[in-house]
Amino acid sequence: MKTLILKTASNYLLPVLLVFSVFILLRGHYLPGGGFVGGLIAAIAFVLHAFANGLDKSKDLLKIHPGFLMPVGLGLAFMSGIAPVVGLDDPFMTGLWFPDPFPVIGNVGSALFFDIGVYLVVVGVTLTIIFTISESA
Amino acid sequence: MLTAILLGFLFALFLVFAGKFFKGKLAVVSSIIPLSLFIYFASFIPRISSGEVIRRTYEWVPSFGVNLGFSLDGLSLLFSLMITGIGFLVYVYTSTYLKNHQYLDRFYAYLSVFMGAMLGLVLSDNIISMFVFWELTSISSFFLIGFNNTSEASRKSALTALGITGFGGFSLLAGALLLGSMAGTYSITEMLSMKEALAGHEFYILAVIFIFGAAFTKSAQFPFHFWLPGAMKAPTPVSTYLHSATMVKAGVYLLMRFTPVLGDTNFWNTTLISVGAITMLYSAVHTLFRTDLKGVLAYSTISALGILVFLIGLGSQGAFLAAAVFIIVHALYKATLFLVTGVIDLQSGTRNVTVLAGLRKVMMPVAVAGILAAISSAGIPPSIGFLGKELTYEASTHSTGLVIVIVAAIVLTKILLLYAGFVAGIKPFTGKLPEKFSEVKMPGPLMWVPPLLLAILGIVFGIFPALIESSLVKPVVTALSKDASDIHLALWHGFNTVLILSIITIVVGILLYLFLKPSEKLENRIGKLEPVSPESILKKLTYFFAVFSKFWTNVFQNGYLRNYVTTIVLFLVILVGYIFIGNSRLVIDHTQLSQITAYELAVTIILIGGVFYTVFTRSRIGAVAAMGVVGLAICLLFVFYSAPDLAMTQFSIDTLTVILFVLVLYRLPKYLVLSDYKMRIRDGILSLTFGGLISLLALQVLAEPVNSDIGDFYAKNAYLMAHGKNVVNVILVDFRGTDTLIEISVLAIAAIGVYGLLKLRVKSSDRPN
Repeated sequence: MKTLILKTASNYLLPVLLVFSVFILLRGHYLPGGGFVGGLIAAIAFVLHAFANGLDKSKDLLKIHPGFLMPVGLGLAFMSGIAPVVGLDDPFMTGLWFPDPFPVIGNVGSALFFDIGVYLVVVGVTLTIIFTISESA
Repeated sequence: MLTAILLGFLFALFLVFAGKFFKGKLAVVSSIIPLSLFIYFASFIPRISSGEVIRRTYEWVPSFGVNLGFSLDGLSLLFSLMITGIGFLVYVYTSTYLKNHQYLDRFYAYLSVFMGAMLGLVLSDNIISMFVFWELTSISSFFLIGFNNTSEASRKSALTALGITGFGGFSLLAGALLLGSMAGTYSITEMLSMKEALAGHEFYILAVIFIFGAAFTKSAQFPFHFWLPGAMKAPTPVSTYLHSATMVKAGVYLLMRFTPVLGDTNFWNTTLISVGAITMLYSAVHTLFRTDLKGVLAYSTISALGILVFLIGLGSQGAFLAAAVFIIVHALYKATLFLVTGVIDLQSGTRNVTVLAGLRKVMMPVAVAGILAAISSAGIPPSIGFLGKELTYEASTHSTGLVIVIVAAIVLTKILLLYAGFVAGIKPFTGKLPEKFSEVKMPGPLMWVPPLLLAILGIVFGIFPALIESSLVKPVVTALSKDASDIHLALWHGFNTVLILSIITIVVGILLYLFLKPSEKLENRIGKLEPVSPESILKKLTYFFAVFSKFWTNVFQNGYLRNYVTTIVLFLVILVGYIFIGNSRLVIDHTQLSQITAYELAVTIILIGGVFYTVFTRSRIGAVAAMGVVGLAICLLFVFYSAPDLAMTQFSIDTLTVILFVLVLYRLPKYLVLSDYKMRIRDGILSLTFGGLISLLALQVLAEPVNSDIGDFYAKNAYLMAHGKNVVNVILVDFRGTDTLIEISVLAIAAIGVYGLLKLRVKSSDRPN
C-alpha cells in the first residue's frame, strides 16, 4: 500500500493525531475521552504511518521498541496509586490534587498521572501486538 | 518433640550441602541421628508406662483448625522406638551395604526424610497433619524403591507403589475431612469422647471405608497387596526398614489409632477380620511358590500384616495384647531376616533359595542370626515369637462367632509362616556348601552385628518378657482404651488348648519344610494364575484408562480452532439455555418503548446488510471490511443512545481490529472452501441460536429491577470527591482505579504473550521430534 497520497498525508496526520490523542487524554476528566481512547488513537496514528511508509520507518521514528512503554505506563499508574500510601499514609489510590487549576490543562491530580499510565500501556500493547504480527505475517 | 520430628528433615537438608563428606568413611556417623532419637524416646518410657500421655501443640493453620498437635502415648511410643531403633541399625548397616555408592548421601537423605515423616505420622494427634506425614512417607518410599533409577523394573515398581499408596493417601484425606466435619474437630484426642455420636452418624460407614482404604493400601492388604513384592526392588536396607518394620505398619497403626474412635462396631470388626484373614492366608500360601529370598519375605510380611489387621478386627483385650506383642516380634525377626538376606545377596551374589546352602561355614555369625530369627518366626520356645503365637491363638480361641474357622485360618497361616521363616533363615545356611560359594567372604562387622543384635533381642525378650511387659506392651493396650492391669506375660501358660495348637503348628510346619523344597517348577505353576491376579487386573485397567484418555483428548483437543469455538459455544448454549428456559420472566413493555427514528432505522439496515455480506461473501478482505461496517454501525447506535465514551472506544477498537485482521489475512492463500454444505448449516444454526440466546439474555437483564443507588452515588460524587465531570472516566481512573490497574496489567501480559508466541517460537529445524 505505497500510495503517494497516503504517504504524504500520513506524515502530516501523525503529529496531528498524536496531539489529538493527548487532547483526548487530557479532556477525559470532564468530557468524553480518557487514557484508553487516547492511547488507541495514538496507536492508530503510528499504525497509519507504518502502513504508508513501511514498518521500518515507523520503528526508526519511535526510536525505542513500543514494548518498553508497557512497564513505564504500568509503573506510572502504580506509583500514582501508591503515592498517597507512601506520602500521606492514606489508603491505596486516594486521589491527590493540586489546589489550583493549571492553565490549559485544568485541575491536575494523581488521577491524571494514572490516566497517562493507562495511555502509555495501551499504546505499548497495541503497537507491540500489531508490529509483531505484521512482522511475522 | 517438634525438633525430634524435624531432625530427619533437617539432616536431609543438611546432606544436600554437605553430602560429599558423608559418602566415604563418615557415612556411619549419620547413624547418630536415629540413635539419639531412640534415646530421646526411650527416656519417655517411665512416664508413659505410668499412664501419662505427653502432648504438645504448635499452631500451624489455626484458622482451619489444623495444628501441629503431637501426642505420645503407649502406641506412639512403641512405633517411635521401632522407627528409631531399627532405623539406627539400618543406618549402620547401610554404611557398609552401599559402601562407596555414588549416591550414598542421597540415600541417607531419603532415609532421613522417611524417618522424620514416619515419626510425625505416629505422633500426630491432628488428622490433617497426620495426612501430610502419611503422604511424605509414600513419597520417600517412592524415591527409595526407585533408588536404582537406571533399572526400568525399579522405576515401574516405584510408580506402582506410589500409585497404590497415593490412592490410599487420597482416601485418608477424604476420611480425615469427613471425620473432621462429623466431629467438628481434627484432633483425635477430642474425637475419643464422641465415640457414640460418631458411630451413630449417617456418614459413619463412609468414613470407615475411607480410613480402611488408606490402611489397606499402606499395609498391603488384599487386593492392594501387590505393590509390596514389587517394592522389593529397593536396596535391602530399604526393604528392611520401610517395607517390613515400619512404613507398611503405618496402616496397622492407623487402624489401632482409630479403634477407640471408630472401632467396636459390627462393620468395623467383620471387615477387618475378613480382609485380614484373606490377606494372611493368601500371601502365606504364596510363600510356598517363591524362590527369591526377598519374595518369600515380602509375602510373609504381607501375611504378618494380615494377622495384625485380623487381630485388630477381633477387638478384644487379648487380641490387642497379641497385636502389640506381635508387632515387636515381627519387627525383630523380619528385620533380621531381611538384613541376613542382604548379607547373603551382597556376598554370594544370589538370592535364589534353590541354590543357596551351607553358608554357615563361611559366615557363622550371620547364620546364627538367621537361625535365631527363624526360630522366633516359627514360634518355637524360648523365643518371643512363641509368646506372640500363644497370645494370638489365645485371642482367636476366645473370639466370638465362627471360632473354628478363625482358629483354623490362623493356625494354617502360622504353619505356612514357619515354613517361610525356615526357608529364609535356615535353608541358606544348612546342608552342604556348594563349590561355587566356597570363596564367599565374611562381611564387615557393621553388617552382621545389627541382624545378630536383633535376633538375640528376640530370644532375650522371650526369656524375660517382663522387660517389655510394662514398658511397651501394657501402654499400647491402654492406648487402645482397654484395661491392661491384669496382663502378665509369661512363656509358660500351662497345658491347654493353645499349647496343643502350638505343638501342632510347629510339628506340621517342620514336616512341611522337610518335605517341600522350594523349586522353580512350583513358581512357574503359580505364574499361570497371573492373569487373574489383582495386579494384572489393575494393569489392564490403567491401560484402558490411558487408551480412553488418548481418545478423549483427540476428540476435544484436536488442534482446530473452529472446533474449539464450536465446542465452547455449544456448551454455553446448552448450559445457559437450560437455565434460561426454566427461569425466564421475559416481559417487554411496549408502552415504554420510544419511537423508532429514521436514522436509527437506516443504521440498523446498514448493520444487517453488513452482517449478511460478512457471512456470504467469498472474499476474505471483503468479510473483514463488512465486519468493520457492522462495528461502526454499532458505534453510531452508541452515539444515538448517549454513550459517547463507549462509542469512541468502540470506534478505535474496531479500526484496530480491521487492521489486525487484514495484517493476518493478507498473507493467507486465496479463499478456500474448507467446510461442506452440511457443516455450514450446522454452524449457521449454532450461531443463530447463540446470538438469539445472548439477545434474550440482554432483554432479560433489562427486565430485572435495576438498583440505581450505585449509579446515583457515582453521579453525585464524581465532581465533589474526584474533581471530574465525566463520570465514566472518573470511575475508571479513580473510584475503581485498582480494577483498571489490573486490567492494564492483563493487557501487558497479553502483548508479551503475543510477542513471545510469534517472536520466540522454535525454528522447525531446532524442534525436537
